[in-house]
Amino acid sequence: MSATIDTATQTAEAEESFAGPRVSFLARHESTIVGTASVIAFLFFWEYAVHAKWVNALFTSSPLRIIVAGADMVKEGTIWQDLATSGLEFGLGYGMAVAIGVPLGILMGWYKRLNSVLEPFVNALYATPRIALLPLIVIWFGIDLGSKVAIVFLSTVFPILVNTMVGIRTIDRDFVKVARSFGASDRQLFLTVALPSSVPFLLTGLRLGLGHALIGIVVGEMYGATSGIGYMMAVAGSTFQTDRVMVGIIIIAASGMIMTHMLKLIEQRFEKWRVDSRG
Amino acid sequence: MSIAPVPKMEARGLRIGFYNERIKRQLNVLDGIDLSVAEGELVCIVGPSGCGKSTFLGAIDGLTRINGGQVLIDGKVVTKPGPDRAMVFQHDSLFPWRTVLQNVVYGIELQGRVGKAEMRERGMDLIDLVGLKGFEDHFPHELSGGMRQRVNIARALAPDPELLLLDEPFAALDAQTREFMQVELLKILSRAKKTALFITHQIDEAIFLSNRVAVFSARPARVKEIVAIDLPKERTLALKHQQNFRDLQEHIWRLIEEESARTGLVTAG
Repeated sequence: MSATIDTATQTAEAEESFAGPRVSFLARHESTIVGTASVIAFLFFWEYAVHAKWVNALFTSSPLRIIVAGADMVKEGTIWQDLATSGLEFGLGYGMAVAIGVPLGILMGWYKRLNSVLEPFVNALYATPRIALLPLIVIWFGIDLGSKVAIVFLSTVFPILVNTMVGIRTIDRDFVKVARSFGASDRQLFLTVALPSSVPFLLTGLRLGLGHALIGIVVGEMYGATSGIGYMMAVAGSTFQTDRVMVGIIIIAASGMIMTHMLKLIEQRFEKWRVDSRG
Repeated sequence: MSIAPVPKMEARGLRIGFYNERIKRQLNVLDGIDLSVAEGELVCIVGPSGCGKSTFLGAIDGLTRINGGQVLIDGKVVTKPGPDRAMVFQHDSLFPWRTVLQNVVYGIELQGRVGKAEMRERGMDLIDLVGLKGFEDHFPHELSGGMRQRVNIARALAPDPELLLLDEPFAALDAQTREFMQVELLKILSRAKKTALFITHQIDEAIFLSNRVAVFSARPARVKEIVAIDLPKERTLALKHQQNFRDLQEHIWRLIEEESARTGLVTAG
Protein backbone atom coordinates (compact mmCIF):
# COMPACT_ATOMS: atom_id res chain seq x y z
CA MET A 1 0.00 0.00 0.00
CA SER A 2 2.96 2.30 -0.39
CA ALA A 3 2.75 5.60 -2.20
CA THR A 4 5.26 4.47 -4.82
CA ILE A 5 3.08 1.64 -6.03
CA ASP A 6 0.24 4.08 -6.27
CA THR A 7 2.08 6.55 -8.48
CA ALA A 8 3.41 3.76 -10.64
CA THR A 9 -0.05 2.50 -11.60
CA GLN A 10 -1.18 6.01 -12.18
CA THR A 11 1.54 6.80 -14.71
CA ALA A 12 1.19 3.45 -16.43
CA GLU A 13 -2.50 4.04 -16.84
CA ALA A 14 -2.08 7.62 -17.96
CA GLU A 15 0.48 6.83 -20.62
CA GLU A 16 -2.05 5.02 -22.78
CA SER A 17 -3.94 8.22 -23.44
CA PHE A 18 -1.00 10.17 -24.84
CA ALA A 19 -0.08 7.95 -27.76
CA GLY A 20 0.59 9.16 -31.32
CA PRO A 21 3.96 8.87 -33.07
CA ARG A 22 5.12 11.75 -35.29
CA VAL A 23 4.96 11.09 -39.02
CA SER A 24 6.12 13.32 -41.85
CA PHE A 25 3.65 15.51 -43.76
CA LEU A 26 3.99 13.37 -46.90
CA ALA A 27 3.36 10.12 -45.10
CA ARG A 28 0.36 11.49 -43.26
CA HIS A 29 -1.32 12.84 -46.38
CA GLU A 30 -0.19 10.14 -48.77
CA SER A 31 -3.64 8.97 -49.82
CA THR A 32 -4.87 12.56 -50.37
CA ILE A 33 -1.86 13.43 -52.50
CA VAL A 34 -2.06 10.29 -54.60
CA GLY A 35 -5.82 10.70 -54.99
CA THR A 36 -5.53 14.31 -56.18
CA ALA A 37 -2.78 13.39 -58.63
CA SER A 38 -4.85 10.59 -60.12
CA VAL A 39 -7.85 12.90 -60.64
CA ILE A 40 -5.66 15.54 -62.34
CA ALA A 41 -4.10 12.88 -64.57
CA PHE A 42 -7.55 11.64 -65.56
CA LEU A 43 -8.72 15.17 -66.48
CA PHE A 44 -5.64 15.71 -68.67
CA PHE A 45 -6.15 12.38 -70.38
CA TRP A 46 -9.83 13.20 -71.03
CA GLU A 47 -9.00 16.59 -72.52
CA TYR A 48 -6.22 15.09 -74.66
CA ALA A 49 -8.44 12.26 -75.90
CA VAL A 50 -10.91 14.86 -77.22
CA HIS A 51 -8.15 16.98 -78.83
CA ALA A 52 -6.58 13.96 -80.49
CA LYS A 53 -10.04 13.05 -81.80
CA TRP A 54 -10.01 9.62 -80.20
CA VAL A 55 -13.54 10.31 -79.01
CA ASN A 56 -16.33 12.63 -80.16
CA ALA A 57 -16.76 15.63 -77.86
CA LEU A 58 -20.47 15.74 -78.69
CA PHE A 59 -20.87 12.59 -76.61
CA THR A 60 -18.08 12.79 -74.09
CA SER A 61 -17.65 16.55 -73.63
CA SER A 62 -14.31 17.57 -72.09
CA PRO A 63 -13.09 19.34 -68.96
CA LEU A 64 -12.48 22.65 -70.78
CA ARG A 65 -15.85 22.53 -72.54
CA ILE A 66 -17.57 21.89 -69.19
CA ILE A 67 -15.83 24.91 -67.68
CA VAL A 68 -16.87 27.09 -70.61
CA ALA A 69 -20.46 25.82 -70.43
CA GLY A 70 -20.52 26.50 -66.70
CA ALA A 71 -19.25 30.06 -67.25
CA ASP A 72 -21.91 30.65 -69.93
CA MET A 73 -24.65 29.46 -67.63
CA VAL A 74 -23.46 31.82 -64.92
CA LYS A 75 -23.40 34.70 -67.45
CA GLU A 76 -26.92 33.87 -68.65
CA GLY A 77 -28.06 33.78 -65.05
CA THR A 78 -30.43 30.80 -65.44
CA ILE A 79 -28.19 28.63 -63.29
CA TRP A 80 -29.02 30.66 -60.18
CA GLN A 81 -32.71 30.17 -60.72
CA ASP A 82 -32.17 26.41 -61.10
CA LEU A 83 -29.96 26.21 -58.04
CA ALA A 84 -32.45 28.19 -55.97
CA THR A 85 -35.33 25.96 -57.01
CA SER A 86 -33.49 22.70 -56.30
CA GLY A 87 -32.04 24.07 -53.07
CA LEU A 88 -35.45 25.13 -51.82
CA GLU A 89 -36.96 21.75 -52.69
CA PHE A 90 -34.17 19.99 -50.89
CA GLY A 91 -34.26 22.26 -47.83
CA LEU A 92 -38.02 22.02 -47.36
CA GLY A 93 -38.26 18.28 -48.04
CA TYR A 94 -35.27 17.30 -45.95
CA GLY A 95 -36.20 19.69 -43.15
CA MET A 96 -39.71 18.28 -42.94
CA ALA A 97 -38.35 14.74 -43.01
CA VAL A 98 -36.09 15.50 -40.01
CA ALA A 99 -38.84 17.38 -38.17
CA ILE A 100 -41.25 14.47 -38.54
CA GLY A 101 -38.95 11.42 -38.88
CA VAL A 102 -36.88 12.00 -35.73
CA PRO A 103 -39.73 12.53 -33.23
CA LEU A 104 -41.84 9.79 -34.81
CA GLY A 105 -38.88 7.41 -34.81
CA ILE A 106 -38.27 8.15 -31.13
CA LEU A 107 -41.93 7.56 -30.27
CA MET A 108 -42.06 4.33 -32.29
CA GLY A 109 -38.89 3.09 -30.66
CA TRP A 110 -40.12 3.88 -27.17
CA TYR A 111 -43.80 2.86 -27.35
CA LYS A 112 -44.27 -0.73 -28.51
CA ARG A 113 -47.96 -0.27 -29.24
CA LEU A 114 -47.48 2.76 -31.48
CA ASN A 115 -44.83 0.76 -33.28
CA SER A 116 -47.26 -2.11 -33.88
CA VAL A 117 -49.80 0.32 -35.34
CA LEU A 118 -47.42 2.08 -37.72
CA GLU A 119 -44.88 -0.62 -38.55
CA PRO A 120 -46.75 -2.24 -41.49
CA PHE A 121 -47.02 1.14 -43.25
CA VAL A 122 -43.44 2.10 -42.54
CA ASN A 123 -42.13 -1.28 -43.73
CA ALA A 124 -44.20 -1.22 -46.90
CA LEU A 125 -43.18 2.34 -47.79
CA TYR A 126 -39.54 1.81 -46.81
CA ALA A 127 -39.32 -1.21 -49.08
CA THR A 128 -40.98 0.56 -52.04
CA PRO A 129 -38.69 2.77 -54.13
CA ARG A 130 -40.41 6.10 -53.42
CA ILE A 131 -39.63 7.18 -56.97
CA ALA A 132 -42.38 4.76 -58.01
CA LEU A 133 -44.85 7.09 -56.31
CA LEU A 134 -43.93 10.02 -58.58
CA PRO A 135 -46.90 9.73 -60.98
CA LEU A 136 -49.22 9.74 -57.98
CA ILE A 137 -47.43 12.66 -56.37
CA VAL A 138 -47.61 14.72 -59.56
CA ILE A 139 -51.35 14.05 -59.75
CA TRP A 140 -51.69 15.29 -56.17
CA PHE A 141 -49.22 18.17 -56.09
CA GLY A 142 -48.71 19.22 -59.72
CA ILE A 143 -45.34 19.83 -61.34
CA ASP A 144 -44.29 22.78 -59.20
CA LEU A 145 -42.45 22.96 -55.90
CA GLY A 146 -45.00 20.84 -54.04
CA SER A 147 -44.40 17.56 -55.84
CA LYS A 148 -40.60 17.82 -55.45
CA VAL A 149 -40.81 18.68 -51.77
CA ALA A 150 -43.12 15.71 -51.34
CA ILE A 151 -40.81 13.30 -53.13
CA VAL A 152 -37.75 14.52 -51.22
CA PHE A 153 -39.69 14.21 -47.98
CA LEU A 154 -40.87 10.68 -48.76
CA SER A 155 -37.41 9.61 -49.91
CA THR A 156 -35.76 10.91 -46.76
CA VAL A 157 -38.20 10.42 -43.95
CA PHE A 158 -38.02 6.62 -43.82
CA PRO A 159 -34.28 6.09 -43.47
CA ILE A 160 -34.27 8.79 -40.77
CA LEU A 161 -37.28 7.36 -38.98
CA VAL A 162 -36.18 3.73 -39.11
CA ASN A 163 -32.64 4.45 -37.92
CA THR A 164 -33.82 6.65 -35.06
CA MET A 165 -36.26 3.94 -34.03
CA VAL A 166 -33.58 1.26 -34.07
CA GLY A 167 -31.30 3.53 -32.04
CA ILE A 168 -33.90 4.00 -29.32
CA ARG A 169 -34.75 0.32 -29.29
CA THR A 170 -31.22 -1.05 -29.06
CA ILE A 171 -30.19 0.56 -25.81
CA ASP A 172 -27.43 -1.31 -24.04
CA ARG A 173 -29.11 -3.37 -21.30
CA ASP A 174 -26.20 -2.65 -18.96
CA PHE A 175 -26.92 1.08 -19.22
CA VAL A 176 -30.55 0.43 -18.36
CA LYS A 177 -29.47 -1.60 -15.32
CA VAL A 178 -27.19 1.21 -14.15
CA ALA A 179 -29.91 3.83 -14.58
CA ARG A 180 -32.51 1.67 -12.80
CA SER A 181 -30.06 0.89 -10.03
CA PHE A 182 -29.72 4.63 -9.43
CA GLY A 183 -33.51 4.78 -9.24
CA ALA A 184 -34.15 6.36 -12.65
CA SER A 185 -37.79 6.87 -13.62
CA ASP A 186 -39.01 5.99 -17.13
CA ARG A 187 -38.69 9.62 -18.11
CA GLN A 188 -35.15 9.85 -16.76
CA LEU A 189 -34.21 6.59 -18.46
CA PHE A 190 -35.42 8.04 -21.73
CA LEU A 191 -33.67 11.39 -21.37
CA THR A 192 -30.36 10.19 -19.92
CA VAL A 193 -29.89 6.84 -21.67
CA ALA A 194 -32.17 6.19 -24.67
CA LEU A 195 -31.86 9.62 -26.27
CA PRO A 196 -28.08 10.16 -26.07
CA SER A 197 -27.24 6.58 -27.01
CA SER A 198 -29.35 6.79 -30.17
CA VAL A 199 -27.53 9.86 -31.53
CA PRO A 200 -25.06 7.85 -33.69
CA PHE A 201 -27.96 5.90 -35.24
CA LEU A 202 -29.83 9.12 -35.90
CA LEU A 203 -26.81 10.56 -37.72
CA THR A 204 -26.55 7.44 -39.86
CA GLY A 205 -30.20 7.95 -40.78
CA LEU A 206 -29.53 11.58 -41.71
CA ARG A 207 -26.64 10.54 -43.95
CA LEU A 208 -28.63 7.80 -45.70
CA GLY A 209 -31.51 10.22 -46.15
CA LEU A 210 -29.21 12.68 -47.89
CA GLY A 211 -28.51 10.33 -50.80
CA HIS A 212 -32.18 9.48 -51.19
CA ALA A 213 -33.06 13.19 -51.18
CA LEU A 214 -30.71 13.96 -54.07
CA ILE A 215 -32.13 11.10 -56.13
CA GLY A 216 -35.62 12.40 -55.37
CA ILE A 217 -34.79 15.91 -56.59
CA VAL A 218 -33.12 14.90 -59.82
CA VAL A 219 -35.67 12.32 -60.87
CA GLY A 220 -38.58 14.47 -59.73
CA GLU A 221 -37.36 17.41 -61.79
CA MET A 222 -36.65 15.29 -64.82
CA TYR A 223 -40.13 13.80 -64.60
CA GLY A 224 -41.92 17.11 -64.62
CA ALA A 225 -40.79 20.59 -63.63
CA THR A 226 -40.31 24.12 -64.86
CA SER A 227 -36.92 24.83 -63.32
CA GLY A 228 -34.19 23.23 -61.20
CA ILE A 229 -30.91 21.44 -61.79
CA GLY A 230 -32.60 18.18 -62.81
CA TYR A 231 -34.89 20.06 -65.18
CA MET A 232 -31.94 21.91 -66.70
CA MET A 233 -30.15 18.58 -67.24
CA ALA A 234 -33.21 17.03 -68.87
CA VAL A 235 -33.59 19.96 -71.27
CA ALA A 236 -29.86 20.07 -72.08
CA GLY A 237 -29.82 16.29 -72.60
CA SER A 238 -32.74 16.27 -75.04
CA THR A 239 -31.04 19.04 -77.08
CA PHE A 240 -27.66 17.31 -77.14
CA GLN A 241 -25.88 19.89 -74.97
CA THR A 242 -23.63 17.33 -73.33
CA ASP A 243 -21.45 20.02 -71.70
CA ARG A 244 -24.40 21.43 -69.80
CA VAL A 245 -25.54 17.98 -68.67
CA MET A 246 -22.04 17.49 -67.29
CA VAL A 247 -22.25 20.79 -65.39
CA GLY A 248 -25.45 19.52 -63.78
CA ILE A 249 -23.86 16.21 -62.85
CA ILE A 250 -20.94 18.01 -61.26
CA ILE A 251 -23.24 20.28 -59.24
CA ILE A 252 -25.25 17.32 -57.95
CA ALA A 253 -22.17 15.24 -57.19
CA ALA A 254 -20.40 18.12 -55.44
CA SER A 255 -23.36 19.03 -53.25
CA GLY A 256 -23.83 15.38 -52.32
CA MET A 257 -20.19 15.00 -51.40
CA ILE A 258 -20.03 18.23 -49.41
CA MET A 259 -23.12 17.45 -47.38
CA THR A 260 -22.11 13.85 -46.76
CA HIS A 261 -18.71 15.04 -45.62
CA MET A 262 -20.22 17.53 -43.20
CA LEU A 263 -22.38 14.82 -41.66
CA LYS A 264 -19.37 12.49 -41.52
CA LEU A 265 -17.50 15.09 -39.48
CA ILE A 266 -20.36 15.27 -37.01
CA GLU A 267 -20.62 11.47 -36.97
CA GLN A 268 -16.92 11.09 -36.20
CA ARG A 269 -17.40 13.08 -33.04
CA PHE A 270 -19.90 10.50 -31.82
CA GLU A 271 -18.36 7.44 -33.42
CA LYS A 272 -15.99 6.85 -30.50
CA TRP A 273 -18.96 6.05 -28.32
CA ARG A 274 -19.97 3.09 -30.36
CA VAL A 275 -16.51 1.64 -30.75
CA ASP A 276 -15.28 2.08 -27.20
CA SER A 277 -18.38 1.91 -25.13
CA ARG A 278 -17.01 -1.29 -23.62
CA GLY A 279 -13.75 -1.64 -21.72
CA MET B 1 -14.94 -6.74 14.05
CA SER B 2 -17.91 -6.26 16.31
CA ILE B 3 -21.42 -7.01 15.15
CA ALA B 4 -23.72 -4.05 15.77
CA PRO B 5 -27.13 -4.77 17.28
CA VAL B 6 -28.93 -3.92 14.03
CA PRO B 7 -26.95 -5.07 11.02
CA LYS B 8 -26.52 -2.65 8.11
CA MET B 9 -27.90 -5.25 5.74
CA GLU B 10 -29.76 -8.40 6.51
CA ALA B 11 -31.18 -11.03 4.18
CA ARG B 12 -33.72 -13.32 5.84
CA GLY B 13 -34.66 -16.57 4.13
CA LEU B 14 -34.32 -15.00 0.70
CA ARG B 15 -35.82 -17.14 -2.05
CA ILE B 16 -35.79 -16.39 -5.76
CA GLY B 17 -36.96 -18.51 -8.67
CA PHE B 18 -37.47 -17.89 -12.35
CA TYR B 19 -39.84 -19.63 -14.70
CA ASN B 20 -37.74 -21.15 -17.45
CA GLU B 21 -39.54 -21.08 -20.80
CA ARG B 22 -37.37 -23.75 -22.36
CA ILE B 23 -37.80 -26.47 -19.78
CA LYS B 24 -41.27 -25.23 -18.78
CA ARG B 25 -40.39 -25.40 -15.14
CA GLN B 26 -39.84 -23.09 -12.19
CA LEU B 27 -36.11 -22.86 -11.56
CA ASN B 28 -35.06 -22.10 -8.02
CA VAL B 29 -31.97 -19.95 -7.83
CA LEU B 30 -31.83 -18.92 -4.20
CA ASP B 31 -33.20 -21.31 -1.59
CA GLY B 32 -33.42 -19.34 1.61
CA ILE B 33 -30.35 -17.18 2.02
CA ASP B 34 -29.61 -15.83 5.49
CA LEU B 35 -26.81 -13.32 5.59
CA SER B 36 -26.14 -10.17 7.54
CA VAL B 37 -23.48 -7.53 7.12
CA ALA B 38 -22.48 -5.25 9.97
CA GLU B 39 -21.78 -1.55 9.60
CA GLY B 40 -18.33 -0.92 8.13
CA GLU B 41 -17.84 -4.56 7.26
CA LEU B 42 -16.80 -5.95 3.89
CA VAL B 43 -18.28 -9.35 3.14
CA CYS B 44 -17.36 -11.30 0.03
CA ILE B 45 -19.54 -13.92 -1.57
CA VAL B 46 -17.97 -16.83 -3.43
CA GLY B 47 -19.54 -19.97 -4.81
CA PRO B 48 -19.64 -22.30 -7.79
CA SER B 49 -20.25 -20.68 -11.17
CA GLY B 50 -23.89 -19.91 -11.86
CA CYS B 51 -24.98 -20.44 -8.26
CA GLY B 52 -26.93 -17.20 -8.11
CA LYS B 53 -24.48 -14.78 -6.53
CA SER B 54 -25.35 -11.97 -8.94
CA THR B 55 -29.05 -12.68 -8.54
CA PHE B 56 -28.60 -12.29 -4.78
CA LEU B 57 -26.87 -8.94 -5.22
CA GLY B 58 -29.58 -7.81 -7.64
CA ALA B 59 -32.18 -8.66 -5.01
CA ILE B 60 -30.36 -6.62 -2.35
CA ASP B 61 -30.24 -3.70 -4.76
CA GLY B 62 -33.95 -4.13 -5.48
CA LEU B 63 -33.51 -4.79 -9.20
CA THR B 64 -34.55 -8.46 -8.98
CA ARG B 65 -37.97 -9.50 -7.67
CA ILE B 66 -37.87 -11.86 -4.74
CA ASN B 67 -40.26 -14.75 -4.17
CA GLY B 68 -39.82 -15.14 -0.46
CA GLY B 69 -37.99 -13.79 2.53
CA GLN B 70 -36.91 -10.24 3.17
CA VAL B 71 -34.11 -7.79 2.59
CA LEU B 72 -33.59 -5.34 5.41
CA ILE B 73 -31.40 -2.26 5.38
CA ASP B 74 -30.93 -0.77 8.84
CA GLY B 75 -33.81 -2.99 9.96
CA LYS B 76 -36.21 -1.66 7.30
CA VAL B 77 -37.58 -3.84 4.51
CA VAL B 78 -36.64 -2.73 0.98
CA THR B 79 -38.23 -3.78 -2.31
CA LYS B 80 -36.86 -1.40 -4.93
CA PRO B 81 -33.61 0.46 -5.68
CA GLY B 82 -32.92 3.31 -3.32
CA PRO B 83 -30.21 5.85 -2.60
CA ASP B 84 -29.10 3.84 0.45
CA ARG B 85 -27.60 1.17 -1.85
CA ALA B 86 -25.39 1.46 -4.91
CA MET B 87 -24.27 -1.14 -7.38
CA VAL B 88 -20.90 -1.46 -9.09
CA PHE B 89 -21.31 -3.70 -12.11
CA GLN B 90 -18.74 -5.99 -13.68
CA HIS B 91 -18.76 -4.13 -16.97
CA ASP B 92 -18.01 -0.59 -15.94
CA SER B 93 -20.95 0.54 -18.11
CA LEU B 94 -19.83 4.15 -17.98
CA PHE B 95 -21.95 6.29 -20.25
CA PRO B 96 -19.64 6.95 -23.21
CA TRP B 97 -21.29 10.28 -23.99
CA ARG B 98 -20.57 11.68 -20.54
CA THR B 99 -17.25 12.91 -19.22
CA VAL B 100 -15.73 11.37 -16.11
CA LEU B 101 -17.25 14.11 -13.96
CA GLN B 102 -20.66 13.81 -15.60
CA ASN B 103 -20.58 10.05 -15.11
CA VAL B 104 -19.65 10.36 -11.46
CA VAL B 105 -22.49 12.75 -10.62
CA TYR B 106 -25.10 10.74 -12.58
CA GLY B 107 -26.81 9.37 -9.47
CA ILE B 108 -26.97 12.78 -7.79
CA GLU B 109 -28.28 14.31 -10.99
CA LEU B 110 -31.15 11.81 -11.11
CA GLN B 111 -32.14 12.65 -7.54
CA GLY B 112 -32.28 16.30 -8.61
CA ARG B 113 -31.94 17.60 -5.09
CA VAL B 114 -28.71 19.58 -5.28
CA GLY B 115 -27.63 22.46 -7.49
CA LYS B 116 -25.03 22.36 -10.26
CA ALA B 117 -22.21 23.87 -8.22
CA GLU B 118 -22.67 21.52 -5.30
CA MET B 119 -22.96 18.55 -7.63
CA ARG B 120 -19.70 19.49 -9.29
CA GLU B 121 -17.96 19.95 -5.97
CA ARG B 122 -19.12 16.53 -4.75
CA GLY B 123 -18.07 14.96 -8.05
CA MET B 124 -14.59 16.50 -7.88
CA ASP B 125 -14.15 15.27 -4.30
CA LEU B 126 -14.97 11.72 -5.38
CA ILE B 127 -12.69 11.87 -8.42
CA ASP B 128 -9.96 12.94 -6.05
CA LEU B 129 -10.87 10.11 -3.68
CA VAL B 130 -10.46 7.44 -6.34
CA GLY B 131 -7.19 9.01 -7.48
CA LEU B 132 -8.26 10.41 -10.84
CA LYS B 133 -7.68 14.11 -10.24
CA GLY B 134 -7.10 15.88 -13.57
CA PHE B 135 -9.14 13.36 -15.57
CA GLU B 136 -12.56 14.86 -14.81
CA ASP B 137 -13.10 16.17 -18.34
CA HIS B 138 -11.89 13.02 -20.11
CA PHE B 139 -14.32 10.70 -21.82
CA PRO B 140 -14.45 7.03 -20.78
CA HIS B 141 -12.91 5.82 -24.04
CA GLU B 142 -9.78 7.79 -23.18
CA LEU B 143 -9.23 5.84 -19.96
CA SER B 144 -7.70 2.44 -19.23
CA GLY B 145 -9.72 -0.42 -17.76
CA GLY B 146 -8.49 0.22 -14.22
CA MET B 147 -9.26 3.92 -14.43
CA ARG B 148 -12.73 3.20 -15.74
CA GLN B 149 -13.47 0.93 -12.80
CA ARG B 150 -12.33 3.72 -10.47
CA VAL B 151 -14.85 6.04 -12.15
CA ASN B 152 -17.45 3.31 -11.80
CA ILE B 153 -16.78 3.08 -8.06
CA ALA B 154 -16.86 6.86 -7.69
CA ARG B 155 -20.18 6.93 -9.52
CA ALA B 156 -21.61 4.39 -7.09
CA LEU B 157 -20.33 6.38 -4.09
CA ALA B 158 -21.77 9.69 -5.34
CA PRO B 159 -25.30 9.45 -3.90
CA ASP B 160 -23.59 8.62 -0.57
CA PRO B 161 -25.02 5.09 -0.22
CA GLU B 162 -24.87 3.18 3.05
CA LEU B 163 -24.15 -0.09 1.33
CA LEU B 164 -21.99 -0.67 -1.71
CA LEU B 165 -22.78 -3.74 -3.82
CA LEU B 166 -19.94 -4.85 -6.07
CA ASP B 167 -20.57 -7.52 -8.70
CA GLU B 168 -17.17 -8.85 -9.79
CA PRO B 169 -15.93 -5.34 -10.52
CA PHE B 170 -12.36 -6.40 -11.31
CA ALA B 171 -13.13 -9.51 -13.36
CA ALA B 172 -12.39 -7.78 -16.65
CA LEU B 173 -9.05 -6.36 -15.52
CA ASP B 174 -5.64 -7.89 -16.06
CA ALA B 175 -4.04 -9.65 -13.09
CA GLN B 176 -1.67 -6.83 -12.20
CA THR B 177 -4.23 -4.02 -12.39
CA ARG B 178 -6.61 -6.21 -10.43
CA GLU B 179 -4.19 -6.51 -7.49
CA PHE B 180 -3.61 -2.76 -7.38
CA MET B 181 -7.32 -2.13 -7.60
CA GLN B 182 -7.93 -4.44 -4.63
CA VAL B 183 -5.58 -2.33 -2.52
CA GLU B 184 -7.16 0.83 -3.90
CA LEU B 185 -10.68 -0.37 -3.13
CA LEU B 186 -9.81 -1.02 0.51
CA LYS B 187 -8.33 2.44 0.78
CA ILE B 188 -11.33 4.07 -0.88
CA LEU B 189 -13.80 2.18 1.30
CA SER B 190 -12.00 2.98 4.53
CA ARG B 191 -11.71 6.65 3.59
CA ALA B 192 -15.37 6.80 2.56
CA LYS B 193 -16.39 4.66 5.58
CA LYS B 194 -18.68 2.35 3.65
CA THR B 195 -20.16 -1.09 4.19
CA ALA B 196 -19.76 -3.39 1.22
CA LEU B 197 -20.91 -6.68 -0.24
CA PHE B 198 -18.55 -8.01 -2.90
CA ILE B 199 -19.00 -10.87 -5.34
CA THR B 200 -15.99 -12.55 -6.88
CA HIS B 201 -14.81 -15.74 -8.51
CA GLN B 202 -11.31 -15.33 -7.15
CA ILE B 203 -10.82 -16.86 -3.75
CA ASP B 204 -7.65 -14.89 -3.01
CA GLU B 205 -9.46 -11.67 -3.87
CA ALA B 206 -12.27 -12.59 -1.48
CA ILE B 207 -9.89 -13.37 1.39
CA PHE B 208 -7.73 -10.34 0.77
CA LEU B 209 -10.62 -7.89 0.79
CA SER B 210 -13.03 -9.12 3.38
CA ASN B 211 -13.77 -9.46 7.06
CA ARG B 212 -15.88 -12.53 6.32
CA VAL B 213 -16.36 -14.71 3.26
CA ALA B 214 -19.76 -16.24 2.62
CA VAL B 215 -19.55 -19.44 0.58
CA PHE B 216 -22.71 -20.18 -1.41
CA SER B 217 -23.73 -23.72 -2.24
CA ALA B 218 -24.53 -24.85 -5.78
CA ARG B 219 -27.93 -23.88 -7.16
CA PRO B 220 -30.43 -23.59 -5.58
CA ALA B 221 -28.06 -21.63 -3.39
CA ARG B 222 -27.88 -21.51 0.37
CA VAL B 223 -25.13 -20.18 2.57
CA LYS B 224 -22.85 -23.18 2.97
CA GLU B 225 -20.42 -21.62 5.38
CA ILE B 226 -19.32 -18.24 6.58
CA VAL B 227 -15.57 -18.06 6.96
CA ALA B 228 -14.18 -15.41 9.28
CA ILE B 229 -10.96 -13.91 7.93
CA ASP B 230 -8.55 -13.32 10.79
CA LEU B 231 -6.02 -11.19 8.99
CA PRO B 232 -4.60 -7.85 10.15
CA LYS B 233 -6.89 -4.90 9.53
CA GLU B 234 -4.24 -3.26 7.37
CA ARG B 235 -4.10 -5.43 4.25
CA THR B 236 -0.98 -5.51 2.12
CA LEU B 237 -0.26 -7.62 -0.95
CA ALA B 238 2.45 -9.41 1.02
CA LEU B 239 -0.29 -11.09 3.07
CA LYS B 240 -1.13 -13.24 0.09
CA HIS B 241 2.10 -15.17 0.56
CA GLN B 242 1.57 -16.01 4.24
CA GLN B 243 0.70 -19.47 5.43
CA ASN B 244 -2.60 -18.58 7.12
CA PHE B 245 -3.73 -16.85 3.91
CA ARG B 246 -2.97 -20.03 1.99
CA ASP B 247 -4.79 -22.15 4.57
CA LEU B 248 -7.90 -20.02 4.21
CA GLN B 249 -7.60 -20.25 0.46
CA GLU B 250 -7.43 -24.01 0.58
CA HIS B 251 -10.32 -24.29 3.00
CA ILE B 252 -12.61 -22.15 0.82
CA TRP B 253 -11.48 -23.91 -2.33
CA ARG B 254 -12.47 -27.24 -0.76
CA LEU B 255 -15.92 -25.94 0.09
CA ILE B 256 -16.51 -24.76 -3.46
CA GLU B 257 -15.12 -27.96 -4.91
CA GLU B 258 -17.54 -30.04 -2.82
CA GLU B 259 -20.41 -28.01 -4.20
CA SER B 260 -19.21 -28.22 -7.78
CA ALA B 261 -18.81 -31.96 -7.43
CA ARG B 262 -22.36 -32.24 -6.13
CA THR B 263 -23.73 -30.74 -9.34
CA GLY B 264 -21.34 -32.71 -11.50
CA LEU B 265 -19.31 -29.70 -12.62
CA VAL B 266 -16.17 -31.30 -11.20
CA THR B 267 -15.69 -34.95 -10.41
CA ALA B 268 -14.82 -35.44 -6.75
CA GLY B 269 -11.38 -36.92 -6.36
